[in-house]
Amino acid sequence: MEEGKLSRKDFLRGAGGLLAASIVPMSLVEIACGGRGKGTHEKFTFAFISDPHLTHIKGTNFVRNFDSGLNKAIETVNLMFPRPDFVVFGGDLAQLGKREELDHGMELLSKLKVPVKFVIGEHDYYLDLGKYWQDKISKLNYSFDHKGVHFVVLNSILTYDTWINRWKTPEERMNEMARLDNPNGSPFMVGDDQISWLKKDLENIKSGTPLVVLSHSPLYKIYKPWNFWTDDAEKIQSILDRFDNVTVFHGHVHQVLYNQIKNISFYALMSTAWPWPYPESYTQSPHYIPKMTVFMNRQDPFHERDGTGWAFVNMDNAREEMHYKLWENKDRIVKYDESAGHPVDSTYQKPESRILPQTHY
Amino acid sequence: MDDRHTLGNRSKSKILLGIFISVFFLIFGTVSLVFGDDWDKSNEDKWNAAFMETVARGEKLFHGPELGGNTVQCAMCHPNATNTHPETYPKFQKQIGKVSTLREMINWCIQNPLQGKPLAYDDPKMIALEAYIMFERRNSVLAPGKH
Repeated sequence: MEEGKLSRKDFLRGAGGLLAASIVPMSLVEIACGGRGKGTHEKFTFAFISDPHLTHIKGTNFVRNFDSGLNKAIETVNLMFPRPDFVVFGGDLAQLGKREELDHGMELLSKLKVPVKFVIGEHDYYLDLGKYWQDKISKLNYSFDHKGVHFVVLNSILTYDTWINRWKTPEERMNEMARLDNPNGSPFMVGDDQISWLKKDLENIKSGTPLVVLSHSPLYKIYKPWNFWTDDAEKIQSILDRFDNVTVFHGHVHQVLYNQIKNISFYALMSTAWPWPYPESYTQSPHYIPKMTVFMNRQDPFHERDGTGWAFVNMDNAREEMHYKLWENKDRIVKYDESAGHPVDSTYQKPESRILPQTHY
Repeated sequence: MDDRHTLGNRSKSKILLGIFISVFFLIFGTVSLVFGDDWDKSNEDKWNAAFMETVARGEKLFHGPELGGNTVQCAMCHPNATNTHPETYPKFQKQIGKVSTLREMINWCIQNPLQGKPLAYDDPKMIALEAYIMFERRNSVLAPGKH
C-alpha cells in the first residue's frame, strides 16, 4: 500500500463494513487522499454535489427520480472515509425556484454530516431574484479560507436588466430562464458590482496561494444558444491572472467537461438529476467545446442514474484531482498534467483508448 | 360461343372506351388548365407552412408539461431534440427489447421519465413531435439500425 492511499480494507472498516459495501461504489477505494505533494497547504478533500433540479409536482409530491439522485449523493458522502471536510453545492437545487422545492432540498441536504458551501444556480434565482435563497440558505457571493486555500464563491447567473424586465410575471421570467434551448434566452454574467467585490477580496491574497473559484455557470464561453456561457468571463479571468494556481469548479452543464485557459483550470460537475448532450451534437450552430475534453459516455435512459453523478475533489500538491463518479458508467479521473500544462483524463485521453460508448449512440 | 361475335363486341368496346377516354381527357384536361392542382411556388409555400406549423406544435409539446404526469419535459434531457437520433430508427432499442421505431421510443419516454400516458401512433401530437425531432435533426445522414 502506497503511503497516503487507502486500501479497500481500511475503507470498509472506516465506512462500516457490509452496509457500505452494498451502497457505495467499490471504486471509491481508489481515492488517494494524500501523497508526496510539495504543496505548502495542508492536504484535504471536499465533495461536490450539483444540479439536483428537485421538481415540485403538487402537494408533497416531487419528481421521484430527481429526489433519488440527490439522496444517493448525500448517502455516499456520509459513508465516505475519510469524511470530506465539506461539500460544495453547485446550484440548481430547485427546478423552478419554488419555496416548496428549496425547502424540500434543504431538508434532504440537512442529512449531510459535513458543512455545505452553497453556490446559487439560475433555477434557484429567477423566480424571486434570489430573495428566498439569501434569507434561508446562503449569501450569493462570499469567500473563505480553508487549510491554506482561498475559496471564492461567485453568483455567475446574473443577466441584463432589459431581459429581466421583459417578462410580465416572476413565473414567466423563471420559465423562460429554465428552458435551456430557449431562443429568447439571455447570457449569464457576474456583473460589475461583483467584479469590484472580487478585486477587493483578492487584494491581500498572495499570488502563490492556491485559489479555487466556485460558480454555477462555466466562467468561459462554450455555447451561447444553450447558455453554456458567461458574458463577462474575460474580465474575471483577467483578475485571476496574477495567481499561480487557479481552479474553477462549476455546475450547470451536466456533463464531463474541462478546460485550461492560461493559468486557470476549469472543471464541470455532473448533475445528480439528468445528463445533457454535448452542444456539438446539435449541428445547426457552431460551439466552442474545449478540444482537450474527453466526452462522457452517452446516457442510456433505461438506467435512471446513467449519465449522472457527482465528484470528489482531491487537493494535492496544490493541484486538484477530479474524480468523476458516474453512477452507471465507469469513473473518470481528470488530473492536471504538469508537462502538458492542462488537465488530462488519466484513462481516456488517447483516441485509441476511448471506449466504444463514447462515440456511439 | 361465336368467336367473330365476341371479337366484334370487343372492337366495339375498344372504340367506346377510346371515345370515353378521349372525351374524359378533353374535358378534364381543359378544366385542369383552369382549376388544376399543378405545382407552383404558392403550393410549396403552403405545404412548407403546414409542415412548419406542425413543427411548432411539436416544439411546444416538447417544451411543455402536457405530455407527462410529473411536469418533466422532453427538452430537459434533449435540448433542441439532441440525443434523439431519429435518423437511426428503426433500430434495436434496449429499453423496449426489440427493433423499434422512433414513435415507440417517444412513447417509452412519455411513460417512463415523464410518467405520462402513451400516444396513439397516428395522434396529431405524435406526428407533431416527430416533425419537430426530424426538423431539428435535418441534414443528418440516414443510418437505420445505427448505435
